[in-house]
Amino acid sequence: MSAYRFLVNGAPAQVDVPGMRRLLDVLRDDLGLTGTKEGCGEGECGACSVLLDGQVVDACLVPVCQVEGRIVRTVEGLSLAARERGSLDTLQEAFLEHGAAQCGICTPGMLMAARAYLDAGGGPDDESIREAIAGNLCRCTGYTKIVDAIVAVATPLE
Amino acid sequence: MPTRAFTSGVQTVERALVVDPGQRVPGRAAGFPLRREGPAKLTGAAKYTDDLVFPGAWHGITIRSTEAHAKLVAIELDPDVDWSKVVVATAADIPGDNVVASIKDDQPVLVPVGGVIRHHAEPVALLAAPDKETLRRLKGRIRLVTEPLPPVFDPEQSDHVFAKYEVTTGDLALGFAGADLIVEGTYRVGHQEQLYIENNAMIAVPGDDGGIVIHGSLQCPYYVHKALKRALRLTHVQARVIAEETGGGFGGKEEYPSMIALHASLLALKAKRPVRMIYERHEDISATTKRHPAIVRHRSGVTKDGVLVAQDVEVIMDGGAYCTLSPVVLSRGLLHAGGPYRCPNVRLRACATRTNTPPNGAFRGFGAPQTEFAAEMQLNRIAERLEMSPAELRRRNVYRLNDTTPTGQVLRESVAAEEVLEQALGASHFERIRERTARESAERGGSGTIPPGPLRSGDRRVANGIGLALGWHGAGFTGSGEVYIGSIASVELTADGRIRVLTANTEMGQGTKTVFPQMVAAELGVPSDWVEYAPQDTAEVPDSGPTVASRTVMVVGGLVIRAARRLKAAVEERNPGVPFHEAFRDDAKANGATRIDQKFEAYPGVVFDDATYVGDAYPAYGWAAAVASVEVDLDTAEVTVRDVIAVDDVGKVIHPVLCEGQVEGGTLQAVGYATLEEMKVRDGRYLNDRLATYLIPTAMDAPHIRTILVEAPFSGAPHGAKGVGELPMDVAAPAVIAAIHDATGVWIHDLPATPERILAAMHGDRGAPAA
Ligand code: FES
Ligand code: FES
Repeated sequence: MSAYRFLVNGAPAQVDVPGMRRLLDVLRDDLGLTGTKEGCGEGECGACSVLLDGQVVDACLVPVCQVEGRIVRTVEGLSLAARERGSLDTLQEAFLEHGAAQCGICTPGMLMAARAYLDAGGGPDDESIREAIAGNLCRCTGYTKIVDAIVAVATPLE
Repeated sequence: MPTRAFTSGVQTVERALVVDPGQRVPGRAAGFPLRREGPAKLTGAAKYTDDLVFPGAWHGITIRSTEAHAKLVAIELDPDVDWSKVVVATAADIPGDNVVASIKDDQPVLVPVGGVIRHHAEPVALLAAPDKETLRRLKGRIRLVTEPLPPVFDPEQSDHVFAKYEVTTGDLALGFAGADLIVEGTYRVGHQEQLYIENNAMIAVPGDDGGIVIHGSLQCPYYVHKALKRALRLTHVQARVIAEETGGGFGGKEEYPSMIALHASLLALKAKRPVRMIYERHEDISATTKRHPAIVRHRSGVTKDGVLVAQDVEVIMDGGAYCTLSPVVLSRGLLHAGGPYRCPNVRLRACATRTNTPPNGAFRGFGAPQTEFAAEMQLNRIAERLEMSPAELRRRNVYRLNDTTPTGQVLRESVAAEEVLEQALGASHFERIRERTARESAERGGSGTIPPGPLRSGDRRVANGIGLALGWHGAGFTGSGEVYIGSIASVELTADGRIRVLTANTEMGQGTKTVFPQMVAAELGVPSDWVEYAPQDTAEVPDSGPTVASRTVMVVGGLVIRAARRLKAAVEERNPGVPFHEAFRDDAKANGATRIDQKFEAYPGVVFDDATYVGDAYPAYGWAAAVASVEVDLDTAEVTVRDVIAVDDVGKVIHPVLCEGQVEGGTLQAVGYATLEEMKVRDGRYLNDRLATYLIPTAMDAPHIRTILVEAPFSGAPHGAKGVGELPMDVAAPAVIAAIHDATGVWIHDLPATPERILAAMHGDRGAPAA
């Protein structure tokens, strides 16, 4: 056991756990951030996607020792600013409007992958968006409305 | 919304489905409520079962057989372990009947010592401990002593029949005698995994009254409730089931949750504390139910003009080790086996047998995708033999108003088969593209088909193809199912002036929580968000039947609308001249709560004899057509499904965004079924029981799906809706296989059409073009 310190959604976090404990368990069980989901535990579904220093990672594959001193962002931190106003950010809003979340279990991971894509300057073209979310499985939507929602956000407003 | 009226009064609703680049569409859902629980799902606030915290809860796991068929002689606990620190439960701990209540009472909760293990993932014992580490350590210290028995894996070799049906009409021999062409075919489909992204999850909390409260990921609270009462010998109130946010079901959480809830409860009762039973993906795939594998044999007679005159179909389904829902899955499969086509002389036979593989169960479509795949393959192969366009062959046979089905059902209304067909053909430019692909393949192969190797390379490596399929889906339960279960749904005006909808129908992504309040609000003339949807808690809501068979909006939605109408009438009667929306708050203050319970009543004129299989098998049918376009790499036989146009008649579109979402999701599951999803089984065990090895389509594998919704309302439901969930699942797979044939010249008779199968067929091993 040792202490690991990192930033989660802008706030400092410290946990005393074995270094090989999965970031997913640290987030869900130790920090109570259950927005990040587990679908397979082996890096195949992307339900556990979070941003680590802005990059999408599968939290089920990352041991907490690798997170020391780094910046973690989860679905709960996606709309911190917007949430203070009691609303969703533009990406969440687009998902809601387009019907991109059905059962919602893939949604937090999908949002994080989409966020990373948009933050990296990704545009509204279909192929690139599909590539960006290819690591995130959704069994409900057929992906159509997810892609539509991301296109809507990636399209510059005139 | 642009609406086009057909001569038959059928409405087509089409809207912009592709986001126009450069144009933000904030009003996409304009006029319709946004998904009710959407914000919670989008911020991570929504609580799925595994997100719930119960202080002091232990974790539970299942000890399963590793043999397909054996006698259980003993369960041995390693004497070196101190078992007092944990809880072990076996069949001996079951207070009531050792059965998971379903259609037949053949499946035990846990195999008792002296009993028979019937599949390799069969639950035998349960173990709970304060932490997962202990579970991992002790799991292997429980040993099962068994005596092997001979297993059966081939459903055609099994002598144990779960269900058997036959439907005949006309004179088959006479029909074949009058045929100019007889075409035969055998088609096979394997297991398909539902693969909801949230694994099965159940938490059991013991109550002070000796009862149990279940929090779980499930489709049918009252199925679990019934199972708890039976096996744990609980009263109606001692058993309480709460459906938490559910991360997908697709049929996979219809009946297996009863088993898991019982397991968690047995441990919780013995440990006297909450027990969490959260499956990992590997366990979920290896142990829980799948779509039934099927073998379907067709013999069809047609005239040279392409008129179907005889159909002889035999369906064999592999039920797995226990009956579960096999009789009803088989029944639906049988009733859809002829496809949506008129034929005077028909014999449909179906049988489901027992094998030593994990039980198969419900999966979107419920038997129909298997048999409709075969029916459409057969139609497409007949078209090829007649050198007739597959569209034209369908035009000549498709059901029209007042046609009669093989069960003797006269299709008196709501028949939109032609409309969906023509819409799909038009929107896809089917004939024009087919001419082009035919030209391309003629240029490639000289003869219109690919000659056996050497395969093309370079520029001409990729072949394009387009394919068509048509389907139907009986709306709601088969036969007298609805009358038998007699659902109740309620709408309540509470004493404090709130409006609530009470049903047991769960939200697992389809939109129940959004559309029920929407429909009630529309009846009452109030905004949607004034109407609450009560939690799916058996202590609160009536039994409105299971959330299956695309029945939620059609059947339960109908009850909810009728209840709302009665509530409105009651309030307005007490407040003459004041409309409901102005009257209800004061009315509640003055008169207290008003609750309307609406019970299902048989649809007028719908009669079915379950014993003879004669009559109206379904109150109405939904109709669907799909056109798929594919690219096939002729060197590697890799298939890319480019586009699917899905046209679905749902009776009435309640919420266009959610409705399209159902079509898109169902279509992709069918594309996966056609191309990718294959459960490899050896000695009754699934070999690829992980997400790394059982593949489902990613965003890059997914085609562009364009949905066109058609409305041919059903008069028996107050809103006209016929359900949407399963319909798209029936048609996309055969459309993709037809497109692969169009590209390559070979028919793939067995799903999925993997590159190996396509290459083998191109080399003439199986499924060569019909001679
Ligand atoms: S849970 Fe991490 S990728 Fe599936
Ligand atoms: S919305 Fe259910 S898995 Fe994506």
